[in-house]
Amino acid sequence: MDATTAEAAAVTWRLARRPDGWITRLFDYKPFLIGLCLAPAIGLLVVFLTYPLGLGFWLALTNSTIGQRGHFVGLANFISVLDDPVFQLSVFNTIFYTAAATVGKFGLGLWLALLLNHHLPFKSFLRAIVLLPWIVPTVLSAIVWWWMYSPQFSIISYILVNVLHLRSTYINFLGSAWPARWSLVVANTWRGIPFVAIITLAGLQTIPPSLYEAALLDGASSWQRFRFITVPLLLPILSVALTLSTLFTFSDFQLVYAITDGGPFNTTQIMATLAYQVAIPGSELGQGAAIAIAMIPFLVALTAINYFGLARRKWQQGPANE
Amino acid sequence: MPEVSIRGVRKSFGPLEVIHGVDVEIEDGAFVVLVGPSGCGKTTLLRMIAGLENISGGEIAIDGQVINRLPPKERDIAMVFQNYALYPHMTVRDNMSFSLRLAKAPAEVIAHRVARAAEILGLVDYLNRYPRQLSGGQRQRVAMGRAIVRDPKVFLFDEPLSNLDAKLRVQMRAEIKELHQRLKTTTVYVTHDQIEAMTMADKIVVMRGGHVEQIGDPLALYDRPANLFVAGFIGSPAMNFIAGAVEPGGFRAENGALWPLGQELAARHASRMAIYGVRPEHLALAEHGLALEVQVVEPTGSETQVIGQVSGQPVVCVLRERLAARPGASIRIAADPVHVHLFDAESTARIGTG
Ligand SMILES: Nc1ncnc2c1ncn2[C@@H]1O[C@H](COP(=O)(O)OP(=O)(O)O)[C@@H](O)[C@H]1O
Ligand SMILES: [Mg+2]
Repeated sequence: MDATTAEAAAVTWRLARRPDGWITRLFDYKPFLIGLCLAPAIGLLVVFLTYPLGLGFWLALTNSTIGQRGHFVGLANFISVLDDPVFQLSVFNTIFYTAAATVGKFGLGLWLALLLNHHLPFKSFLRAIVLLPWIVPTVLSAIVWWWMYSPQFSIISYILVNVLHLRSTYINFLGSAWPARWSLVVANTWRGIPFVAIITLAGLQTIPPSLYEAALLDGASSWQRFRFITVPLLLPILSVALTLSTLFTFSDFQLVYAITDGGPFNTTQIMATLAYQVAIPGSELGQGAAIAIAMIPFLVALTAINYFGLARRKWQQGPANE
Repeated sequence: MPEVSIRGVRKSFGPLEVIHGVDVEIEDGAFVVLVGPSGCGKTTLLRMIAGLENISGGEIAIDGQVINRLPPKERDIAMVFQNYALYPHMTVRDNMSFSLRLAKAPAEVIAHRVARAAEILGLVDYLNRYPRQLSGGQRQRVAMGRAIVRDPKVFLFDEPLSNLDAKLRVQMRAEIKELHQRLKTTTVYVTHDQIEAMTMADKIVVMRGGHVEQIGDPLALYDRPANLFVAGFIGSPAMNFIAGAVEPGGFRAENGALWPLGQELAARHASRMAIYGVRPEHLALAEHGLALEVQVVEPTGSETQVIGQVSGQPVVCVLRERLAARPGASIRIAADPVHVHLFDAESTARIGTG
């Protein structure tokens, strides 16, 4: 083809409508697409969520023990578990652990996020540092805390006694009920701060600076800007963080298992560690499953409270007029 | 006494100076428009008046009091932001009353002022809505309402209309002007749109690159631009500029065309290298004029805009006649010598008119 005919072809060529093939039509068919896209997710949910959960429910209704497949006993496991003072103590411990650690995490995490949202020197370095407790494997950090709480080798005691001379004896952090509970709360708070700080920092950065400038001109002090601009605009994202954080804390296992293992005398036993202890070392699979299942109503209630109480604000609802 | 005095004000961001000594006096009750191309420092100057940026040099006084070191809330100014900066979690009523509530104004005062502002701005039916439920124009009004309820000494506007569509912009332009006539509050209004400046201002401050190019009322700027930049910036379509030299019989363009020039002006600047400026609306059809080769004809109904070339030099003219000329045709035009400007070729300052 010489140049002129090529040019002529270029000038006369037009976009043509060609009829779609059956594959194109199939992929344009909405129900098919929806099914196609949902299938992997549903498959994963069934295999990894529904099956174990269903098995847990079933075990809770049987008198299975390790190595022996039990038979159906109705709600007997739940009735005996609810009557058990150790279970009742573990419910109290779990609620206390969750509540105290959540207050600590959110107080400190929010404070850290506000600090990091300012123009600090070495900002990205500081942010990386803040993330560290979250990146370290839980068991590793649990061992470190356990070491720090040790009656003989605690660095905290060492500093208080040998460096600052504020005390004359080492502290027995994990030796009695309340000190042990607070020690666990401190460790869990330390681990949870990065999550709260990073999420709230992201939330803070979505608030337009001009809102603060407008409030400044409207005469708001820095406390009033925090109270009337930052807090209400942060609430939706805070509630998501709060939901996730309370769920994680409520169902925590690793920290408690590694630091106190529920001791002394079950005074730091939380529901997850108790369920494990009854089911595996105690070999009462049915009873352990019943304890684990008993956590579900609490988790659902927590989610519902957060969702309906905080997540959707009135100013975000209603039709937008863009 | 002027309400706002800006004296030798400078602003640096780090080592970079972006405002290089600006002096402006703003009379009590005036509507002053700061206009200039994007990046010339208008917003920065406005934010210095508001107290959102500190002042690197010089001073700003409001009502005779130097406010360089005063925090924003003590300056008694209100600002309307380009993006409105409405509080998304507050209703229209709460947005407007926020400053009064912070100042612990009595409830009746708040209710009364909000009701009055809502009435002036036509927002009575929207007081319980949230910003996201409002149209652009309504949001704009809420932002103004927030300023009005405070009854400040000075209103500051930063390109308040640039997010609106063309029709709404014209309407809001009139509304802001009317609001000013009603409230008579000293206003500093920033825009990059010279038409907004011309239609709204009592006094225009033309800025470029952190300098003030000219200050004056709109028609003075149109009739007597201080330099080439102001001449080209004010007026639409923009003034035609032709480089060349003054001759006894007129102005000889570099491409040879001879443009008409008043005798007195021609005598005063004999054989000087200069730039000849004439606005498109001061060109008219003339039997013995210069030949203009037509390229585009844009009839608007009331007038006809013609874009073409005179001896290869692009020229725009706005004619009162309807023109049948097609692209490629030639028409004859002449400049009205009374409205012709000469600018110095070196300094670009205007050296004469007429
Ligand atoms: N916070 C800042 N830091 C550094 N430079 C800035 C800052 N704000 C504005 N500038 C610079 O100052 C100049 C004027 O900006 P601005 O006042 O926003 O212009 P305008 O409002 O006239 O478009 C611009 O060159 C801009 O890049
Ligand atoms: Mg600007």
